[in-house]
Amino acid sequence: MVDQSAVGRSFTPITARVEPGRLRYFFNTIGERNPVYRDAKAAEAVGFAAVPVPPTYLFCLEMMDNDRPFEFLEALNIDLARVLHGEQGFTYHAPVVVGDTLTFQSEVTDVTDKKGGALTFVGVRTRVTNQAGLHVADTTRTIVVRN
Amino acid sequence: MTTLSPAVGERLVHKAFPPISRHTLALYCGASGDHNPMHVDIDFARQAGFPDVFSHGMLVMAYLGQALTDAVSPVAIRSFSTRFAAITQLGSRLTCEGTVTELFEAGGERRARLALTAKDADGETKLAGEAVIAL
Repeated sequence: MVDQSAVGRSFTPITARVEPGRLRYFFNTIGERNPVYRDAKAAEAVGFAAVPVPPTYLFCLEMMDNDRPFEFLEALNIDLARVLHGEQGFTYHAPVVVGDTLTFQSEVTDVTDKKGGALTFVGVRTRVTNQAGLHVADTTRTIVVRN
Repeated sequence: MTTLSPAVGERLVHKAFPPISRHTLALYCGASGDHNPMHVDIDFARQAGFPDVFSHGMLVMAYLGQALTDAVSPVAIRSFSTRFAAITQLGSRLTCEGTVTELFEAGGERRARLALTAKDADGETKLAGEAVIAL
């Protein structure tokens, strides 16, 4: 079981590039037709330097370019088969667009037992910066472990 | 920037999505980089105690995000968060909605808070969340 010693633990930073072909595949998968995501001119018309990423894509980038996408589960000795996603949040500070290179730095923020220890909630916060060192976003997630 | 001037209680977001198929989940694995076998490998899901594979929560959140950005320009979104209230089963037909709950000022701009939901055809809430947008 995960315990309080995990709090404050940080993981290997992930660097990921926003590649247009992979982003288009994501849009095709979810049936996204919004011109802002399909056409650079439409994106520029609303103030983006290029086609932006959609609201949840930061989560994907962090996994996609990670040699060990489940590193933090392995590091905390959590079985993938016993994990559910409890909560996910994004706070956006600056735009992220095609061509950007992002760095994700994650750390465990809290560990809370629920239902008499049947479940453990593990909170992870990730700071996201771009190629210019600009702090573009923060993401938070809660992983539910079925003990 | 958007030119929205919504009122509290107004429904800004409403979009329905096609049923979630196994094919969608397989594509989403590749598209998202989330290769958790729980969402594509029925043997793995059964061994973990589930009757079948089920949707990535983040696919449902992507649909909710799509419904949001159909209504609100992506440049105006300041935050977006959800709680995954229930597992989304194969075949679910989701409807995503968002209603204005608060108008306020922060960061030198007028903002609105939206309460967001993704529900299946039985009306069961799969995701409950919120977004803050600049007006």
